[in-house]
Amino acid sequence: MRSSTPRQLIWRRFRRHRLARASLVFLAGLLVLSLAAPLIARLRGIDPTLTDLLIRFAPPSPQHWLGTDDLGRDLFQRLLDGGRVSLLVGLAGALLSALLGAVIGVVAGYTGGRLDSAVMRFTDGVIALPLLPLLIVIAAVDPAKLGIPAELAHAESFSVWRIIVIVALTGWTTAARLVRAETLSLKARDFVRAAQALGAGPWRIMFRHILPNAMGSLTIATTMSAGTLILLESTLSFLGLGTQPPAASWGNMLTGAQELLQEAPVLALWPGLLIFLTVIAFYFVGDGLQDAIDPRAERR
Amino acid sequence: MTRTLAARLVEIAVTLILMSAVVYLLIGLMPGDPIDMMIAGDPHMTSADAARLRALYGIDKPLLQRYLAWASQAVQGNFGYSRSFGLPVLSVLGPRLLNTLELAGLAFVLSVAIALPLGIWTAAQPRSKADYLINLGCFAGISAPPFWLALLLITLFAVKLGWLPAGGMADLRPGTSPGEAIVQKLRFALLPVVTLALVQLGSYTRFMRGAMIEVLRQDYIRTARAKGVPERAVLWRHAFRNALAPVLTILALSFGGLVSGALITETMFAWPGMGKAIYQAILDNDYNLALVGLLAATFATVLGNLLADLAYAWVDPRVSFAQ
Repeated sequence: MRSSTPRQLIWRRFRRHRLARASLVFLAGLLVLSLAAPLIARLRGIDPTLTDLLIRFAPPSPQHWLGTDDLGRDLFQRLLDGGRVSLLVGLAGALLSALLGAVIGVVAGYTGGRLDSAVMRFTDGVIALPLLPLLIVIAAVDPAKLGIPAELAHAESFSVWRIIVIVALTGWTTAARLVRAETLSLKARDFVRAAQALGAGPWRIMFRHILPNAMGSLTIATTMSAGTLILLESTLSFLGLGTQPPAASWGNMLTGAQELLQEAPVLALWPGLLIFLTVIAFYFVGDGLQDAIDPRAERR
Repeated sequence: MTRTLAARLVEIAVTLILMSAVVYLLIGLMPGDPIDMMIAGDPHMTSADAARLRALYGIDKPLLQRYLAWASQAVQGNFGYSRSFGLPVLSVLGPRLLNTLELAGLAFVLSVAIALPLGIWTAAQPRSKADYLINLGCFAGISAPPFWLALLLITLFAVKLGWLPAGGMADLRPGTSPGEAIVQKLRFALLPVVTLALVQLGSYTRFMRGAMIEVLRQDYIRTARAKGVPERAVLWRHAFRNALAPVLTILALSFGGLVSGALITETMFAWPGMGKAIYQAILDNDYNLALVGLLAATFATVLGNLLADLAYAWVDPRVSFAQ
């Protein structure tokens, strides 16, 4: 009988969670399709940025699989392009928040004392702020007045990177609290005390001994937060303050949809459905990871 | 207790001051200023006029100096004027805050009224088919983008079926009978309230279920069952009461988020609330309105959190507020 590594055990338990498995397949498929979008567009002979008012609101056809939008662009290709942005923002935003939160959490938790209570009070303060209006204000800031050069600020991808930073500004609090709590319990454990006794410095202990042991719950939280941040990105983009057209995102594809409800209600359906499915898929994967990584915890 | 309360009030004041400074700075970093908009609206204006107006409004001064000037007026209760409404900010925000509280309050009551029984019911039969389906529904509610939910509801009930208005608030003519007035108001409030309630429902149900499961595992529940207390009484008298305390805190904490999260629902349904006013003020470069609106929203949230802590200490005598 072969023994299994912890990683294999986690994977085996994860696969037992049927919804999580299906969600992972869905997300992987979406990622591949959206990354391959330019290739698919070339194969289909369609330019998704080309506007043609003569074929606006075209119904689905062999040429345009899901029809066209209000500017005559191919909806299917636009959805794939939007998917690339939404997934990028969700994943990069979640990773950035995890990184920020982990460093803040482990330093606060390990150092303790005044620093810890000041940092945690600040974190609680950020959590208590009215998030959405504040993010709208931050998103409306003029990059030129921040000293960001104009050619960079006007690049098409700039709004995408800006929104990643903005969503990460909200995401780090969850990771910070989580990692701090883990740090508090881990730093009293024998292996940390042994490392201290052997003369390891605080940075080595924090980043080589404590953080690796907090990785499991951090991974779960990061997966879930990718979903939350995609939702947030779509909301800000929908309000016209996130990803800026012509770059497509599922949120900004819905911006004009309300005025077009009479003419083309279908346009409101697809981008929202994809946001919904992607977010729920991230939550299910997170749920599956939770069961797999921490099987002793009673299922909620 | 009094000292802790005083410390918390100081904390709230500090939060508000920091917040006002940060937001003032952020707003100063937004593109354009009110004079730019005047120039755009009036082709006869010369650059000398613009400079004179900037000096008149003090926009030519450094940001910090402008903030201090604003703050010294604000502490005296003068929050200035809204540019786009031409009214004092407080008289613009006052009625809108009430509208927001009406919307958020109704949505809160609706979602709590559904979520608590649902959470208890599913906790009483964990891993059953019903539990599984409701859990799925909760995930769905948490994952649905609120603006999309609003679009779907508008499409179905306002555009396709034509049963309910797509947005706005009831405009009551004088002399409407009270019964008629309530019906009219509810017709307009129904879709936004349902949207906002649906967004909250999933997480509330999961909180309640989680708290109940936690309590049902306790020894005193086993004791109650062992001595033959009927399951109904175990659930409601022994478990529910104990599970309620943490849930109450989470609910109270979430109310602030509900108020600021109502921004989307208000915008979608043209509900004249505070979130929509803040959003519109930012789009219209109405700085002062946006600033004071954000401060009001912050104040509402931190006050809500304080009340939540007080309520927790009141519901659960083991918890002392002074800690």
